[in-house]
Amino acid sequence: MRGGRLRAVRIVLATVWAGAFAVLFLLPTVLTVTNSFMSAEEISAGYGAVFANVGGSYISEQVRLKFIPDMVTFKQYGTTLLESPEYLMKFWNSVILVLPIVLFQVGVASLAAYGFARYRGRGREALFFAYIILMLMPYQVTLVPNYLVAKAVNILDTRWAVVLPGIFTPFSVFLLTKTMRRIPKEIREAASLDGAGEWQIFRRVYLPQCRGALYSVIILVFIDNWNMVEQVLVLLTDPDKQPLSVFLSQINTGEVGLAFAAATVYMVPAILLFLHGEEYLVEGIAGAGSLKG
Amino acid sequence: MARPRHNRIERRERVSSAAFLAPSFLGVCGFFLVPFAVVVYYSLVNNPVAKKFVGLENFTKLLHNAAFLQATRNTVIFSLIAVPMAVVLSLGLAVLLDGHIPGKSQFRSFFLSPLVVPAASVVLIWQVIFHQNGALNSLIASLGGTGVDWLKSGWSQLVIVVLYLWKNLGYNMVLFMAGLANIPKEPLEAARVDGAGPATVFFRLKLRYISPTVFFVAIMSLINSFKAFREIYLLTGDYPYETLYMLQHFMNNTFRALDYQKMSAASVMMFLAVTVIIGVLFRLEARFGKDVEQ
Repeated sequence: MRGGRLRAVRIVLATVWAGAFAVLFLLPTVLTVTNSFMSAEEISAGYGAVFANVGGSYISEQVRLKFIPDMVTFKQYGTTLLESPEYLMKFWNSVILVLPIVLFQVGVASLAAYGFARYRGRGREALFFAYIILMLMPYQVTLVPNYLVAKAVNILDTRWAVVLPGIFTPFSVFLLTKTMRRIPKEIREAASLDGAGEWQIFRRVYLPQCRGALYSVIILVFIDNWNMVEQVLVLLTDPDKQPLSVFLSQINTGEVGLAFAAATVYMVPAILLFLHGEEYLVEGIAGAGSLKG
Repeated sequence: MARPRHNRIERRERVSSAAFLAPSFLGVCGFFLVPFAVVVYYSLVNNPVAKKFVGLENFTKLLHNAAFLQATRNTVIFSLIAVPMAVVLSLGLAVLLDGHIPGKSQFRSFFLSPLVVPAASVVLIWQVIFHQNGALNSLIASLGGTGVDWLKSGWSQLVIVVLYLWKNLGYNMVLFMAGLANIPKEPLEAARVDGAGPATVFFRLKLRYISPTVFFVAIMSLINSFKAFREIYLLTGDYPYETLYMLQHFMNNTFRALDYQKMSAASVMMFLAVTVIIGVLFRLEARFGKDVEQ
C-alpha cells in the first residue's frame, strides 16, 4: 500500500510542524514561570547583560536563556507576596478594576442581547449595527469621548473613569446577541403560552440556554481587561491606582527576579480560567464567526 | 380583525425589547455616542472656549503634523504586514489541525494559550530575547553572525509583528477551524471523485466556503493590530524607536498636552478611516461570498 505509507509520512510531517509551533507558542510563558523559581543571584548572573545597563554602560557578557533553575527556590514568591506591598497593591488594583467590568458588562450585555434577540425591527437592526461599529473602534477613537465624559463628571484619575466605559463596551452584547438569536422562537412562544412573563423567559429559558456563551464572554472580557494598558495611561494616571498590567513594565533593575515571580502570579488567574473553560471559550470564539447578526 | 391584534403584540414586543436594551443603550449613549458627537463638534471649532467654527482647519493642521504623519505611517505599515500574515498563518495552523494528527486538542490549547497570557507577564522574556545583549543575539553570535539591536533599529517593527502573531494566531485559528468544520462534505467528495487534488479542493472549494470567516478574521486581526501598542509600550515605554511610534503614542502625547482640537480631529479621522476599511471589507465579502451561497 503506497498510498498508506504516503499518508503516514504526511501525518508525521504535520505532527512535527505542529510540535515545532507548539514549542514556539509555549516557550515565553514556560520560561517566565521557570525563571520565577530562580534565585535573585541566578537571575542577575544570567540576565545581567540585559537589565544592568540601563545607564548605557556596555557589558560584553551575553545572556543565555535558562529553562531549569540551578536550584528551585520560592524565595522570589515570598518576597513578592509578603515583603513587597507594592506588587500586592497593584495586583489588588487590577482585581478591583477588572471584576466590576466583567460582572456588570456581562450583566448589562445579557439584558441587551435579549432585547436584540426578542424583537428585530428596522430601528433595532440599525442600533445593532451601530454597536458592531463601536465594537470595532480602536482605543485611539473611543478614548477621546471617554476622556471628555470623565472630565465633565469629574471622575478623571479615579477608577470609575476606567470601569464605567468598560462596562458598556459592546463586545459581549454582540456575542450574546448572536447566541440568543440562534435559540428557536418556538421555545419562547411555548414558555409564553405557559404563562411565563418576559423576565421569567429571560431568566429561566434564555440565560440557561446560553450558559456556554456567557462563560466564554466572561473569559474573553476578563483576559482583555486583565491586560489593560491604553485606558489606564489616559484615564488613570495616578500610579497608586494603576493595575499590575502597566506597573510590571516599570520594574527596577535590581528587582528582575521579583518581577518574574510577579509576572507569573499575574498570569495565574487568566490561565486558570482558560484551563477551566477552554471548551466554552473555543465555542464562544467560533460562535462569533462573522459580523452578520 | 387580525391586523390590530398583530400590531398590539408587535408593540408589546417592541416595548419589552426596549426595556431590556435600556441600561446598555443609556451607557453606550452616555460614554460613547453623545461624547463622540461632542468630539466631532470640537474637531470643527477653534478652541473649547471661544468655539468659533473653523471648518476643516483642525484636520488640515493634523495632516501637516509630522508626528501624526509618522504615527499614521508606522501604524499603517505595521497593520499591512501583520494582518495578512495573521490571516495566512492562522489558516495554515487550522489546516494543519484539520488533518489527521494525534493530540489535536492539546495542540489547539497550546496555540490558543498566548491569548490569555497578559502582555505584561511576558514582557521580561521578550526583553531577554530581543535585547541587544539578549538571547537571540548570543545565538546569532554563537553561529558566527553579528546581531542587531532588535528593538532599536529597523527590525523593531518585525519584532512586534512576531509578538502580535504569537498572541493572536490562536484566536484566528479557532475561527478558521470552526469555518473548516462547517463546510458541507458532499461537494468536496464530488470534486475528489472527479479527480481534483488536495490543492485544487482547498483553493477552489474550501477557501470559497470559508470566505466569510476569512473576512471576519481579517477584520478582527486589524482591530487587534491596533492593540499591539500594548507590547510596544510595555517593552519600550513612552519614547520608542521611531518606527514603533504608533497612533496610540501620538494620542497619549496629545492627551498630555490637553490639545482638544488635535485629539478630537485625530479621533474623528481614525473613526472615518476604520469605518471606510470595514465598509470595503464588507463589500468584498458580499461579492466573494455570493457565488458560494447560491
